[in-house]
Amino acid sequence: MFGDMTTVTALWWAVIFSGLYHGINPGMGWPLAVSAALMERKHSAMPKALAMLAAGHFLAMIGILLPFSLMIFLVEWEMHIRVGAGLLVIAMGIYLLINRRHPKILARIHPARLALWSFLAAMAHGAGLMLVPIFLGICAVDADDTGHLAAQTLMGSNVKTAFVVALVHTAAMTVAGGVIAMVIYLWLGLKFLSKTWFNLDVVWATSLVLVGVFGVSFAYLGH
Amino acid sequence: MNLRPDPTFHASPKLAMEAPVENYAFTVMLSPDGSQSDGIAVVDLKPGSDTYGQIVHQVIVPNKGDEFHHFGWNACSSSLSPLTGHAFLERRYLIVPGIRSSRIYIIDVKEPLKAKIHKTIEPEELFAKTGYSRPHTIHCGPEGIYVSCLGGGGEDGTDGPPGIFIMDCETFEIIGQYEMDRGKQDKHYDFWWNLPQDYMVSSEWGLPPQFENGVVPEDLLSNKYGHSIHFWDLRARKNIQTMDFGENYQMALEIRPAHDPTKSYGFCGVVVDTTNLQGAIFTWWRDDDGVWQSKKTITIDPRPEKPENLPPLLQGFEAVPPLVTDIDLSLDDKYLYVACWGLGEMHQYDVSDPMNPVLAGKVELGGIAKGEAHPNGKPFAYGPQMVEVSRDGKRVYWTNSLYSTWDDQFYPDDEGGQMVMANNDENGFHLDKDFYVDFPKGLRSHQIRLEGGDCSTDSFCYPSV
Repeated sequence: MFGDMTTVTALWWAVIFSGLYHGINPGMGWPLAVSAALMERKHSAMPKALAMLAAGHFLAMIGILLPFSLMIFLVEWEMHIRVGAGLLVIAMGIYLLINRRHPKILARIHPARLALWSFLAAMAHGAGLMLVPIFLGICAVDADDTGHLAAQTLMGSNVKTAFVVALVHTAAMTVAGGVIAMVIYLWLGLKFLSKTWFNLDVVWATSLVLVGVFGVSFAYLGH
Repeated sequence: MNLRPDPTFHASPKLAMEAPVENYAFTVMLSPDGSQSDGIAVVDLKPGSDTYGQIVHQVIVPNKGDEFHHFGWNACSSSLSPLTGHAFLERRYLIVPGIRSSRIYIIDVKEPLKAKIHKTIEPEELFAKTGYSRPHTIHCGPEGIYVSCLGGGGEDGTDGPPGIFIMDCETFEIIGQYEMDRGKQDKHYDFWWNLPQDYMVSSEWGLPPQFENGVVPEDLLSNKYGHSIHFWDLRARKNIQTMDFGENYQMALEIRPAHDPTKSYGFCGVVVDTTNLQGAIFTWWRDDDGVWQSKKTITIDPRPEKPENLPPLLQGFEAVPPLVTDIDLSLDDKYLYVACWGLGEMHQYDVSDPMNPVLAGKVELGGIAKGEAHPNGKPFAYGPQMVEVSRDGKRVYWTNSLYSTWDDQFYPDDEGGQMVMANNDENGFHLDKDFYVDFPKGLRSHQIRLEGGDCSTDSFCYPSV
């Protein structure tokens, strides 16, 4: 029981860390919040832009997590689903390692439609997939704790978990991106915009592979 | 791909102005009759260098008859928008089109003194993939590299309208036509945009038969060259408004939007008003209802001249038209430089108030029936033409050739390629006596690009604050 508590805490921290990690990546959009505040010449444009980015990101997360939360009521297939999900995440990571091109469609989105852009950018880079093994881990531990409830109850609880995971992750992302955007906007100035920009493409793709490997092994280890 | 954004990418025009100054210029060398190969000259701009103001390297292409004209970078400050996903491109390649051959060279200038051809795109590929010909202006933007073409399909480039095509900014593969709805646009020349505001503006010169063998006087006098500019929804690839300056405003060429992306105005230079031979600059802007407007804000008068001093083309007019052939706006949106290729003058206008430009400075050099020499005593063929301003706004460079066949009509007795520089400092706007590049015999010069970007390449996604 104690071990499960620790595991669950660790998994929730993973949700938060993945959010912070997505948030600091300029490619997930915080420079657009700086740009919005400067373009509109008012401070309030920044929280508005951050909110739109967050909305898009949240939708991308929940869009990926929800199908998995619905699937897991097939309790006897749980292990297969979790291994399959892990392999899918690994495959996405390898795909991004090989194909370093950014999807062209992103360049056709109107610059004011930040929520749509944020949604598609997160989808294209597998941001939601990165959460899947963590989410399935939380669901599995919860299920162990609660014993064998009716499938419907379990599913309901998993759907709730999916929303909370997506919400916590998006909140962490928005805080991380928002803090950087605000510090640059209020104090450091635009010069630091390019200075804080690192090419995370390889790190990002590798993270997907690692999270996938974690998901597969966590499933085998019996959680 | 870099691990950090290229140090020559700047978030705002102001940051670009504060960046280290240019060390090299890349300047087009063209053979007017196709007897030699064209090339790119690398000019040393480092003050104090032993080779300051000299051509220190040349990239000569293997073909002849390309006629280089305009060219641009594979990547610029526009990469600093997360929307494009191109933050880690290098500003490394010059995209150099042959306006006569429709061949495109990609030149690697990572080491300027060892610049070399990286890739060549043959004309047949351009024709097949785009239906366009005679590639011209280059800008790097959201979807990759955008290239405007002056000709459509077919032998003389009149089979279908000309337009813009998009090229992949990493592989340099031609992707295809840009336009989804071109509206009334049926001629092309220059284009530029405001990326955060998502608009593009394009202009018109004329169709290939109207310029390739020289200016066609009958077409000019019957106002058949371009006189409209087009406003586009950039990412929707749709022409949203065509603005006709009036048919007497022949050849609406360079489009220069304000660099600061919060501003919704810009300028367009018109070569000649056929009613009075004036040169003109229009200011265009978006009004509160979102409709584009324009107003003629600068006029430059012709100079009366005795017919015997004039080329045959102009003798009937007994005047030298200013011929506004290029304009360039400093990165702080303060000074607009206007090349008067006929008069032999480079004007500097203070456009702090874009609706009321004020002539702030003027340099005289070359010119029809005038031929003003450089302060160092050497000749300057033709007149001031392609102008490029340093990022910090303190140095203004220009060359002298307009277009091979047009040079010969307006200046039948001149020959040669020169590049000069003027300073813009506490003594005003004045030519630098010590900077004078004479091009190799038989070659003329056209557009200049400055290492690390200049005032007609980079598009900024963040305002100057």
